[in-house]
Amino acid sequence: MIKGATSSKRPPGLLAILGSKIKNLTLIAVLLCLWQYVSVAVLDSTSRVLLPPPTAIFSAAWELLSSGELLRHTRDSLKREVVAFLWATISIPIGIAMGWWRTVDQQLDPLMEMLRPIPPLAWIPLSILWFGIGDAQNQFIIFLGIFFPILLNTINGVKGIELNLIRAARCLGASEGNILWRIVVKAAMPQIVTGIRVGLGVGWMALVAAELVGANSGLGFLINDARTVLRTDYIIVGMATIGMVGLLIDQAIRELGRRLLPWSRVMGR
Amino acid sequence: MSNLTVKNVSKIYPGHSANDEPVLALDRVSFHVEDHEFCSVLGHSGCGKTTLLMMMAGFEDASEGQIMVDGKPIGKPTWQRSIVFQDYALFPWMTVQENISFGLEMKKIPLADRKEVIQKNIQLVGLSGFENRYPHQLSGGMKQRVSIARALAVDPKVLLMDEPFAALDAQNRALMQEEMGRILASSDITQRKTMIMVTHSIDEAVILSDRIVVLTRRPGRVKANVIVNLPRPRVEESPEFIALKRQIRDLIHDEFEIEA
Ligand SMILES: Nc1ncnc2c1ncn2[C@@H]1O[C@H](COP(=O)(O)OP(=O)(O)OP(=O)(O)O)[C@@H](O)[C@H]1O
Ligand SMILES: [Mg+2]
Repeated sequence: MIKGATSSKRPPGLLAILGSKIKNLTLIAVLLCLWQYVSVAVLDSTSRVLLPPPTAIFSAAWELLSSGELLRHTRDSLKREVVAFLWATISIPIGIAMGWWRTVDQQLDPLMEMLRPIPPLAWIPLSILWFGIGDAQNQFIIFLGIFFPILLNTINGVKGIELNLIRAARCLGASEGNILWRIVVKAAMPQIVTGIRVGLGVGWMALVAAELVGANSGLGFLINDARTVLRTDYIIVGMATIGMVGLLIDQAIRELGRRLLPWSRVMGR
Repeated sequence: MSNLTVKNVSKIYPGHSANDEPVLALDRVSFHVEDHEFCSVLGHSGCGKTTLLMMMAGFEDASEGQIMVDGKPIGKPTWQRSIVFQDYALFPWMTVQENISFGLEMKKIPLADRKEVIQKNIQLVGLSGFENRYPHQLSGGMKQRVSIARALAVDPKVLLMDEPFAALDAQNRALMQEEMGRILASSDITQRKTMIMVTHSIDEAVILSDRIVVLTRRPGRVKANVIVNLPRPRVEESPEFIALKRQIRDLIHDEFEIEA
């Protein structure tokens, strides 16, 4: 019965989706044409170096792609983000403990409040002295970017849990351990996933900044390196890649949240 | 299958700050609920009904007096006094089945028996076919059914209900009251649980109760303790029913005059 209902309401065909998407891209297409025109017909050849036309950028993208250079830098950046994220997941148990036990909150909160307002980027000079140039330093900066959004969201998720849910569990015979694992952690999950989304976004921004100054590879390094040789086309390709990868990470987490937490509407469209 | 005694129970909420007056929510409330009895505690909004229920469950301490089950003072919250909350308080990450199963798992009931109990209670509240839905996929009335099934499944001695039908729209409320009446009427009296429901609806109290304890406005005191002897299922149009409703309405007229 339910099967019949879903199959009779099939999703619109691929062509129809593409059609409607293309309509939405009209403004972008116009702007690209305008850009092409200005760059080719209005600017002289010296200033064209600063604003190469879209066609030049596409061919630069092709160059970077086919040489494998773009993929290599993207892979290095992603690897740093992932490693830093894995370290930063320590904020989930810390946040749960801070949200649940008052004494833990009282001890840790002043420390966190002192560290939190320091932007991750302000740690760059110190971290270069500590870790030198390379992966460890980059990961440290990204870690800081990811850590606090997850921590704060986890704490809020735990503290915001409805009192009646805990009471219901308690009067159904749940032990304190069961209440923590089966109720509190579950109830806070949508907010934790939101924290991960925000954290990965902040981390991705911090990553690029960290790579601008403290790396020999990665997308941040790529665009800074291109600057030194005045390859504006490479810079723009790098910037576009950074944006697209950031968007993809966000979409992936949303999709994951939707799959893993089908009962929650936090990841809703 | 237990009796419950509320003896001289008062509740004072301390003020939150120095210049904040303490609130006397309940004032020396006493009544007794027999085995298998369905007792309604009827009172105006803010008269301390939820406070009383939470004290019966063990979530709040009485400032004065004592609450006893089978003559023994109650202790911490336990499945022996399970609650149906006004806002359902279903676990949103659990399906209907899992919500009902939770208390059974906590009681360490083996899987095979668990399945049987779940099935029995799902049938009792008329939710067959919805076992694998999540709470957000259910209507208010259905959520309340799950919440009742969840509280009944752990086989409590006393079932506590906090305005269980108040959040429903008029139609659903009437339906649920009727269903509840059906459950009460059909089950063997010796099988029935002792149930205590707080409510502000005279109709609801008269349809369902064996006993109605009427509280005054804040601070809540016992205004009347009425035994309802009408046969079940109750016929709302019957002269006896209407007479009883009028009796209670008159009895507490001064407490309810603001209500239409
Ligand atoms: N935690 C609390 N601290 C201070 N005062 C409280 C607290 N809980 C309840 N009260 C007060 O005690 C009184 C009784 O509250 P209670 O929630 O028991 O009323 P109620 O009869 O359940 O009302 P309603 O029908 O609106 O649910 C109210 O005046 C309320 O303001
Ligand atoms: Mg209440």
